[in-house]
Amino acid sequence: MEKTFMGYARPDGAVGIRNHVGILAAMDNVNGVVQVISDAVRGVLGIPIWYGRGQFGQDEQLTFKTLVGLGSNPNLHSVLIVSLEPVSANKLANAIRERTGKQVVAISVQECGDSIRTIAEGMRIAAELVGAASEQRSEPFSVGKLIIGVECGGSDTTSGLAANPTLGKVADAVVDAGGAVVLTETSELLGAEHILMKRAVSPQVAEEIKRIVDNVEQEANRRGVSILGANPVPDNIAGGLTTIEEKSLGAIIKGGSRTIQGVLPYAEPVTGQGLFIMDTPAPACESMTGIAAGGAQLILFATGKGNIIGSLLAPTIKVTGNPDTLRQMEVNIDVEVTEVFAGTKTADAAGKELFACMLKVCSGKMTKAEILRQEGIALNRIQPTV
Amino acid sequence: MKKIAVLHEKDNVGTVLQAVDSGESVIWTIKGEERRVTVTEKIPLGHKVALVPVGDRQEIVKYGEVIGVARGDIGQGALVHVHNVESLRGRGDLAEGGKR
Repeated sequence: MEKTFMGYARPDGAVGIRNHVGILAAMDNVNGVVQVISDAVRGVLGIPIWYGRGQFGQDEQLTFKTLVGLGSNPNLHSVLIVSLEPVSANKLANAIRERTGKQVVAISVQECGDSIRTIAEGMRIAAELVGAASEQRSEPFSVGKLIIGVECGGSDTTSGLAANPTLGKVADAVVDAGGAVVLTETSELLGAEHILMKRAVSPQVAEEIKRIVDNVEQEANRRGVSILGANPVPDNIAGGLTTIEEKSLGAIIKGGSRTIQGVLPYAEPVTGQGLFIMDTPAPACESMTGIAAGGAQLILFATGKGNIIGSLLAPTIKVTGNPDTLRQMEVNIDVEVTEVFAGTKTADAAGKELFACMLKVCSGKMTKAEILRQEGIALNRIQPTV
Repeated sequence: MKKIAVLHEKDNVGTVLQAVDSGESVIWTIKGEERRVTVTEKIPLGHKVALVPVGDRQEIVKYGEVIGVARGDIGQGALVHVHNVESLRGRGDLAEGGKR
């Protein structure tokens, strides 16, 4: 099996599968500026965010960590930070520069004077960065350089039977090649955590798995409601998924079968090799933002009833085994595994096809979500803003 | 005769791979042995059918693992879903002060 792809070397040794100049908002009140610069300059990726302003306590730390992670993602060649005021802009720029060694420039509306002058300054800087980025040539790299996220959304019973087992085969192949795989969505471990705990590298890691799952259950207890309705969501139930246990048992298959090396908090940088669990909420945008902030270059996304969204930073490959979904939303599906669902193809064979598709995407082939601009971002938060 | 997916020998439910009408037979193989059951109601694609009669509060097993318990008796060949299965996890509604 072909095991290399054409990627972009970064100063910290990471490898990008895209070479965007990121235009990153430090807070939501400059999203308009980010949007206009992104529309005006070719080769940039606008990253608007919600919230960001005036966070404090653990949310300040979580937001900052997530934004630093997004700016540090290897798919970004360089970054222009836009903020309302210079302190937050420079703090963010310094942290990304320190972590990655990549070129980061910060501007603020209050320094530039007004929105039009900020846009003009932003365009001037972005144009220079794009000029430099466009000179960089891609080079061959091993699959071992990849950090991939495995995600599912709009799941149904076909997910656990076809798409997730296919993802699991690719997850194993990436781990075996020396790369890293991130399994997320903690509430979708409920009822399946005992299986994952047995695969933990140490008793400590097994305890960590139990701890994050217990947190979800305790949250349901605190709120006094059943998780049913929030998870499984209505389309999961329409797709035949009856309980969170059933959903989880199907969902964990996408992580493959290898040893679990650790449990990472949301947006934590993935530094080791092998399979990791990241403690993220289940909804796709929020979970994928945590994965991308952790440094993943790519996400494999299994869907049953159909979920169209991809990560803004990590190209997202949509996989379905549901024949009805394939018929209905073929434009949004990259790889179909309906034969695995029908039992006429093995997950092994489908996994090889998905692996080949993944290498193409790593070398520049655009995903359906990229082409059709179905990409989102959502920051995880803990407490209300005051 | 339509094939269904039965994932583990302990399972008491199977997943239909295409919609099945009431009165149709479904077939699966476990440990090289072919088995069949007559479906007693319409089952949409991907939904579950009871392979054996399941009594009230008995465990529902898929993937060889417990996915919930029966709420009321479930007849062989019946649809198994949210109307007759209860989850055992994330049940904050059962906690003290829960909005049951």
